[in-house]
Amino acid sequence: MPNFNITDIRAQFPILSREVNGKPLAYLDNAASAQKPVAVMDAMRRQMETSFANVHRGLHTMANETTESFEAARAKAANFLGAASADNIVFTKGATEALNLTAYGLAPHIEAGDEIIISQMEHHSNIVPWHFLRERQGAVIRFAPVTELGELDLDAFKSMLSAKTKVVSLVHMSNVLGTINPIAQIAPWVKAAGAWFIVDGTQYAVHRPVNVTALGVDAYCMTGHKLYGPTGIGALFGTDEILQAMQPFNGGGEMIEDVFEDRVTYNDPPHKFEAGTPPILQAIGLGAAIDWIRQFDFDDVHQHEMALYHAALDGLRDVNGFRLYGEAKDKGAVLSFGLEGAHPHDIAQILDKYGIAVRAGQHCTQPLMTRLGVHSTARASFGIYNTMDDVDRLVEGVKRAALFLS
Amino acid sequence: MTYPAHIQDLIDDFSFMEDWEDRYMHVIDMGKDLSPLAANEHNDITRVKGCVSQVWLVKDNNNAEPSRLFYRGDSDAHIVKGLVAIVIHIFSGQKADDIINTNIQAIMNDLGLAEHLSAQRSNGLKAMISRIQDDARATLS
Repeated sequence: MPNFNITDIRAQFPILSREVNGKPLAYLDNAASAQKPVAVMDAMRRQMETSFANVHRGLHTMANETTESFEAARAKAANFLGAASADNIVFTKGATEALNLTAYGLAPHIEAGDEIIISQMEHHSNIVPWHFLRERQGAVIRFAPVTELGELDLDAFKSMLSAKTKVVSLVHMSNVLGTINPIAQIAPWVKAAGAWFIVDGTQYAVHRPVNVTALGVDAYCMTGHKLYGPTGIGALFGTDEILQAMQPFNGGGEMIEDVFEDRVTYNDPPHKFEAGTPPILQAIGLGAAIDWIRQFDFDDVHQHEMALYHAALDGLRDVNGFRLYGEAKDKGAVLSFGLEGAHPHDIAQILDKYGIAVRAGQHCTQPLMTRLGVHSTARASFGIYNTMDDVDRLVEGVKRAALFLS
Repeated sequence: MTYPAHIQDLIDDFSFMEDWEDRYMHVIDMGKDLSPLAANEHNDITRVKGCVSQVWLVKDNNNAEPSRLFYRGDSDAHIVKGLVAIVIHIFSGQKADDIINTNIQAIMNDLGLAEHLSAQRSNGLKAMISRIQDDARATLS
């Protein structure tokens, strides 16, 4: 049983009391985006109601106050990820932008024939930015294989590393399989090969504690909206070395030191990467979300979510033709499945009629779908506010959908 | 609103259904009645994008009726396949002018299936209709 009061937690999410199609909402699409607690909404509203101005360049009181709130959010993100300094945190609009910025930023260091190693379980946001480097600069992308259980094939991965490897970019926790990759174990191998190590922490940072220093990575990407925070805000952690090495993508105000007619010098990281007015309120919302989630023990939350996952799995295994995707030893509470003879799309549409929100599709992971030999899967993903009642309704709903579609 | 007979017949069929389960069942049954596509007709040209499941629409030429557009289609999801069947029922065999001027929103409202037409629905219904109406416009230009 959770060491936190689930009723109290749910009471902080007004949306959870709404109905969908005449049924109470069972929201099991947390891997796509999570709902927001009142604390996050209040923090953003309070800023707008009491002190708002543009950040950094003002001389008046509210400009200073807003800048303080904004920079406090950066410090919270740094602390949350175990970064040495807030200067190692670049705000982005999400993990996708963090990955794109990193790939673009490293482009000057990539030559034709240089190898970028990713895995078959990557989200498109950790595939396509590297394809850009393949298309534009002749980089070679290599996909580390995924085993039948849905784990990264570590031996195969290790054998792919060589002097040609310039970048390794891996997901920390798969959005489809739930698989948690052993990043700390991998990091020394990548370092020994002399490559940059980028990690996509979009899912992992929501459910497990992150310490980028202990992990030994060069860059780590996270997003706010899956962490019970607002959309439009994410963060890129980068070491001093990688942030110095990266070229900026957006040019404009705030990211420069001096601008002349014939040349420009850049501001120091993180500001070098934050041209223009940043998402001030969203960053403050992210800071509030981090404060909110940190009042709980990550192990308690994990235990709670995995108990829901296992209960759902136990129930669904009895359904005719059920197939689970992702059986890694170390995994988070993501349940991807299929039913023989029933399209995941149909399953999701019928579950919606019972007020149960799940995702169906390719989950932005087409190479993984190819690896699994399926066109799509249905996915239930659990969050802190889900309950055994949600699980029972999911199981019941899938059983009904199976009957309906048989 | 007055509809052509083949559309009114469809609406009449649905008018007896009270809840979503009956409507979905009927939609699925309509999909099951579609004549199957040949294996090579499931290809990148016939595939309709913008859908979580896969949808294919095949445009047939009928030399005896050059002013009309004819379609067959398929999907790998049951409900979507039923929507394909509805779209084909409404549009296939119609003249380009009539296809362009069909008030599909009103029809889906009257079928009790309007939710499937929302832009946020990733079932590709909108994309199927756009495909056919674009074809119709192309024949007129």
